[in-house]
Amino acid sequence: MSMAATRPARRFTLNRALPALTGLGTVVVFFLLMELAIRTNLLSQFIVPPPSEIIASFPRVIVEEHVLNRFMLTLGECLAAGVMLTVVGVSLGVLMQRFKLLQQACETWVAALASAPVVLCYPLFLVIFGRNAWTIIMMGFVAGLPPVILKTLEGITGVRRVLVNVGRSFKLTESQQFWKILFPAALPNIFVGIRLGLIFALINVVGVEFLINFGGLGQLINELAERYDLAGTYAAICFVVLVSVLFFMAVEKAERWLTRAE
Amino acid sequence: MNAPLQNPSDILVVDDVVVRFDTPEGAVTAVDHVSFGVRQGEFLSVIGPSGCGKSTLFNVIGGLLGHTSGTANVAGETINGPHPSIGMVFQEESTFPWRNVTDNVAFPLELIGMPKAQRIERARHFISLVGLDGFENRYPNELSGGMRQRVSLARTLASEPKILLMDEPFAALDEQTRLLLGDKVLQIQQQLKQTTLLITHNITEAVQMSDRILVMTYRPGKVKRIVDIDLPRPRTSDIVGSEAFGRYVAQIWADLREEASRGMRDEEKTMMGAKS
Repeated sequence: MSMAATRPARRFTLNRALPALTGLGTVVVFFLLMELAIRTNLLSQFIVPPPSEIIASFPRVIVEEHVLNRFMLTLGECLAAGVMLTVVGVSLGVLMQRFKLLQQACETWVAALASAPVVLCYPLFLVIFGRNAWTIIMMGFVAGLPPVILKTLEGITGVRRVLVNVGRSFKLTESQQFWKILFPAALPNIFVGIRLGLIFALINVVGVEFLINFGGLGQLINELAERYDLAGTYAAICFVVLVSVLFFMAVEKAERWLTRAE
Repeated sequence: MNAPLQNPSDILVVDDVVVRFDTPEGAVTAVDHVSFGVRQGEFLSVIGPSGCGKSTLFNVIGGLLGHTSGTANVAGETINGPHPSIGMVFQEESTFPWRNVTDNVAFPLELIGMPKAQRIERARHFISLVGLDGFENRYPNELSGGMRQRVSLARTLASEPKILLMDEPFAALDEQTRLLLGDKVLQIQQQLKQTTLLITHNITEAVQMSDRILVMTYRPGKVKRIVDIDLPRPRTSDIVGSEAFGRYVAQIWADLREEASRGMRDEEKTMMGAKS
């Protein structure tokens, strides 16, 4: 009886872990295939180092290249850009939804900015902010801003009419209507915008660090690449991936908390 | 067509209300000199073919839409916006997906600043009233369409309105669920002695629940007739099989058939016009 009761629970845990295990397994298989392709000279090891070498270079990169400090610097820059683009982007999206003229005047420009290669403007940002972390943060911020604005606008505009009418039927004030109905109803869309914005911000933060040879992981990748330390370069790229993973986990947690908690 | 006589004790009085919309094709009259009253504790249904202005009337009484002329009063006060005495249940699914059942139902109580513990207790009472015990912590996406409409109903009832105003709340549900939910609404209405105004196009639903049925004409929507439903109370869906029930359904269908046919002909004409 007790065995019968525990079995479904075990199966349930395994079912839950299965996607993560499959993902991890796919990465391991990919690395093994890469290792095999490089060892058999199908791929040149002067272009891609064998995964085993990348793994072996981790301790060296951590100790000698102070990767943790650089990791924290990039993480901090991304965090600053992320907070700014969330606060400013959501506010601008709300303002554009509130004032039709502003929306009609600016929506196309914001959409155009979303597809513009903002990273090419880094010399201008260097002139304005100097060769420091603010140039990097502002580049990430500007690059990530359009999707947050556009998805916030789309989210609030797309709130179902009936939910607005429920609010009206309960005689909600304008502020209550926004905070109790429009904003929570638009949150799933707003989070899509924040996720996209963070992707753009992270790419630009690391890209500008690389270009101006300043700051965190981007600079490290630049230096290791110039030294032709391929294994080290790829190990540093793994830390960039780690920043990305941490951010998405945090955003997912925030989304769950905000859309479920009341 | 003519304004029916109104009782001085009517809690809701709609008097000579006209609603006209400006369209590119010219002014369209949706509601044309409609007058009626709803008595305290009464269940009145407004029935009519599609396009007769039922939902427009719902929005006018709910204060969501202005009217061109005439007056609508609730408990002696003019309706010129949403009124706290009127609680609305909408046709479309209107629960808040980001709130669980308890928080959905407690919404109007939160607005009046009721302390959390008290509003949860109150919300649970209304959740129980609509038969959703055990689902207090579920979210709308974990519920069926019928259960979600019951959450909307409980939320509206929690605001303790003098009049419950419902716009085809079960229109999207299958016939069996609709009959069973009709039972639930009847039971609640009888228990709370809740004055209720139901907008519907479903004759069975209207006869099953109402004390009176107001039949509307096809565009422009006017009052064609008000039928008293003299069926015993308390009622359940068992009444559907009775001979008297069948007679009322036939009688109302006879009134509606002409209007519905007119609506269908009008629609066909519009389609032909659009084709040519």
